Amino acid sequence: MKHTFYEKLIFELSQKGRVGYSLPRNQFTDYKITDLSDSLLRKTDTILPEADEQTVVRHYTIMSNNNFGVDTGFYPLGSCTMKYNPKINEEMAAQSAFTALHPSQPIETVQGALQVYYNVERMLSELTGMSEFTLNPYAGAHGELTGLMIIRSYHIKRGDSKRKKIIIPDSAHGTNPASAAVCGLEVVEVKSTPNGTVDIEDLKPLLGDDVAGMMMTNPNTLGLFETEIPEITRLIHACGGLMYYDGANLNPLLGACRPGDMGFDVMHLNLHKTFSTPHGGGGPGAGPVGVKAGLEKYLPNPQVIKKADGKFKVEFSKDSLCSVSFFLGNFSVILKAYAFLLSVGKEYFKWMGPLAVLNANYIKESLKDIYELPIEGLCKHEFVFNGLKDKSTGISTLDIAKRLLDYGFHAPTIYFPLLFHEAMMIEPTETESKNTIDVFIATMRHIAREALENPGLVKTAPHDTPTARMDDVKAVKEPHLTYQSYQP
Amino acid sequence: MSKVIEGLYYTESHEYVKVEGNFGYVGITDYAQNQLGNVVYVDMPDVEDVVTAGEEFGAVESVKAASDLISPVSGTVVAINENLEDNPDLINEDAFANWIMKVQLSDLSELDNLLGAQAYNEICK
Amino acid sequence: MAMNYKYFPHTEDDIKKMLQTVGIEKLEDLYDEVPESIKFKRDYDLPNSKSEIEIRREFEILGKKNIPLICFAGAGVYDHYTPAVINYITQRSEFLTSYTPYQAEISQGTLQYIFEFQSLMASLTGMDISNASMYDGCTATAEAMRMAMASVKKANRVLISATLNPAVIRVAETYALFHEINLVTIPENNGVTDIDFLTKELEKGGVAGVIMGQPNYYGIIEDLTGIADLCHAHKALFILNSPAATLASLRSPGEWGADIAVGDAQSLGLPMNYGGPYLGYFCTKEALVRKMPGRIVGGTTDTNGQRTFVLTMQAREQHIRRQKATSNICTNQGIMTLFATIYMSLMGPKGLKEVNEQSYGGAHYLHDQLLKTNLFTDAFGIKPFFNEFCVRTKADIENIQQRLLKNGILGGIRLCRNQMDDCLLLAVTEKRTKEEIDLFVSLIQEGEGK
Repeated sequence: MKHTFYEKLIFELSQKGRVGYSLPRNQFTDYKITDLSDSLLRKTDTILPEADEQTVVRHYTIMSNNNFGVDTGFYPLGSCTMKYNPKINEEMAAQSAFTALHPSQPIETVQGALQVYYNVERMLSELTGMSEFTLNPYAGAHGELTGLMIIRSYHIKRGDSKRKKIIIPDSAHGTNPASAAVCGLEVVEVKSTPNGTVDIEDLKPLLGDDVAGMMMTNPNTLGLFETEIPEITRLIHACGGLMYYDGANLNPLLGACRPGDMGFDVMHLNLHKTFSTPHGGGGPGAGPVGVKAGLEKYLPNPQVIKKADGKFKVEFSKDSLCSVSFFLGNFSVILKAYAFLLSVGKEYFKWMGPLAVLNANYIKESLKDIYELPIEGLCKHEFVFNGLKDKSTGISTLDIAKRLLDYGFHAPTIYFPLLFHEAMMIEPTETESKNTIDVFIATMRHIAREALENPGLVKTAPHDTPTARMDDVKAVKEPHLTYQSYQP
Repeated sequence: MSKVIEGLYYTESHEYVKVEGNFGYVGITDYAQNQLGNVVYVDMPDVEDVVTAGEEFGAVESVKAASDLISPVSGTVVAINENLEDNPDLINEDAFANWIMKVQLSDLSELDNLLGAQAYNEICK
Repeated sequence: MAMNYKYFPHTEDDIKKMLQTVGIEKLEDLYDEVPESIKFKRDYDLPNSKSEIEIRREFEILGKKNIPLICFAGAGVYDHYTPAVINYITQRSEFLTSYTPYQAEISQGTLQYIFEFQSLMASLTGMDISNASMYDGCTATAEAMRMAMASVKKANRVLISATLNPAVIRVAETYALFHEINLVTIPENNGVTDIDFLTKELEKGGVAGVIMGQPNYYGIIEDLTGIADLCHAHKALFILNSPAATLASLRSPGEWGADIAVGDAQSLGLPMNYGGPYLGYFCTKEALVRKMPGRIVGGTTDTNGQRTFVLTMQAREQHIRRQKATSNICTNQGIMTLFATIYMSLMGPKGLKEVNEQSYGGAHYLHDQLLKTNLFTDAFGIKPFFNEFCVRTKADIENIQQRLLKNGILGGIRLCRNQMDDCLLLAVTEKRTKEEIDLFVSLIQEGEGK
């Protein structure tokens, strides 16, 4: 069914004189904005559309039909942990007892909100082996930045201003070096061994008294557990640096081990990955940052403090060198994560990791005969295929990804990590059933067959989606970044 | 099979410099443009900027990648190829003819550190 | 062993079969390579798993410890009305549970609303282009500061007005500290930016950007005549931070000659949500597009010639440029962008203007009524304001706010800066009625025995 009328931009559905809003009668007509000096007033019109409510509703409803979400199908996206987003979380976060609170309200009127903050902070500390958390950062990358600021604060306060280098594996996610750069740190890359883990021999010469620390994730971006982590943390600590844990890959560790116990000093989590809050098409997320004992005073402002009488207050600590948010972060995201933490509880967090890891290994074992598996052995929550084993088909990872869309699956993460040219990273999470995974496996086998029998079909996929492949070169060379740019 | 021109000097990072007297025309090689794909933007230095051999002087962007440009020579930028502002894909058409910057060379001896056509050819294999 | 948990679909049989395929005996074997010294062997010290009924109960108890108030506070967060349509659409799981639109063919919904948002924000701010959003107005301003340093050659500092919201200044100072940017404060002069100081600083040269707020923290609409020209004469960028809703009625950053317009779009119908999620916006001129942080959606066509949308100019971003990226931002504010886009589509030009008229009217009515009590004076003399203003009082502010609180009213924000703790910052929106305002004033009069 094609909506030829509504398949437009909202501006193209605009009709002068239509209204989509209702407001009470203005009780203050004695005062007019035009009373202000003319030089302070807006002169140019905006392109805001004039549409009735039904047009707006139809427009966005139809647009949602051109979208794919976790509720629509499986996302085997490596490093994204696209698990099910529970609906009770949504309802709890939407209650006006939370949404109607202004951040400047006196603390005696927001004790419930502050308690949620505190409870989440306690639970995350227990799950990760850290001493204390801030929930202020708005996203994973923001958490990385905050964590690096904490590390720098620690060194600055010790009077050690030389430490401007941060060691990052060459397999790291792009946000790691980007966050380091924003934090004023110089990135020093450490190489990976052929099986993808940090090369300790390449690490040793990089150590020195100008190293602020090292950023790592474990399992790494290839889904492998860095078994040398105790030695790595020992080396970094010995040269006076701190260890930072990128918590994007925390899921497989739940029930198995904790970053704090591995020797990490500072870490971030992604509530919109491990803790089930929805991805929202690109946010809002939350990137809580946890620290070991001794570093709490460097957590960003403002902070939620539990007083001696058991009540909570919001404070600005003088020891902290950083403030990274307007207030206490994306509060409704934190509420959703709290509902999730309450639901999972003691009994089920211990199985989250193992079930996710089982799913990943099951897919790997079921497809490694036709897809190239560069690294053998048990993986954790995700693993990488390097394209099809049979290279003669000329079918690339991109083609396979696009063909998967035709079968109602989102593609895996493609062309990351950079270590393998036709990388396809698959992470199934623990919320996917064996049925779904079996269909995914069968589909991947089917596409591998199509690559041999009907490569043209795969090369020009997708065929069954709202749009076909698009010209992204044209998008850059002839940029249209607004509706206005399409106007003559 | 990428084109390699005799008489030019090359770097391992796939830049070239064509020397004319005290000036050098710097660009990226045919091999480089092939690897990058459709060039959509060239981040060029400004005239009068000082460039240093071995250091970054700009970048070349394709849709899915961006590559830093490392200068083979030191000196002062006297001209940039303004055609590349509106038509960056000229580099794909002919990387050698469409140089990126013209530099007044400050140290001709630096050319000894660069690769000749044959040595560069070996790298590309 | 059976999981018996609704988010874990695996049955005992499933697990058995899968273990077999993987070639191991039990789930624990999946972690064989983890060194014993770091294995977590005890139970988590967490409460037991709660059923949905119990989760509701817990939230109910916590909710009762919060008291939503009739809001007369602003300072960057405004109690505007959220039309019913918005939650209804943003809760659609095709939007809410979707990932970043890297696979454009199945993400046209997301890409299209981001494109509409970019168009709307560019228009509202009077700029050429907009990105897909930043976390909030504070981080957006900090990123604008970094962009100015990256765009202006031979610059060594950025100027920031002391009349901006203190939260914005705090975050900008943080980013400046770690990124080693010299951030110089332009002092305030009776509630507005000290233009003499600004001029002298610019004349010294080396300034990459000048950041001001409009309206400023005190709600005052500053006279920015000539500022943009002054900045440009000294090769500096002019950066203006505004609450998005005001832009429908006040002179836009583009009209003031700004190069970068940033701020928070929370005032576009987003709930107050105790601090977040809000919605940072970032708009600029076309010439500066490559220095702009954040995701950008562009229009193009597919192989069938159909108009489609796609993430573009990605070569600026972290996943390609890594440490050379314009920013480290990855996840931004996603669904809140849809929120604001639907709000702007429903309200349209007339609706936004009407919201502003009522907010302006209510604020000026409250202001005049307060001054009539003879208990209050303008904190900075007579200055033009929009829907927020600052008044000074000889009466006991603590008393006033407590009295209002007892009646369920949030009586603005008491300033806590030097020599200003006798000042109150008050904001009014279209949700405040004349009755509420009259009650506010009469409660104060009662308390002061008037």
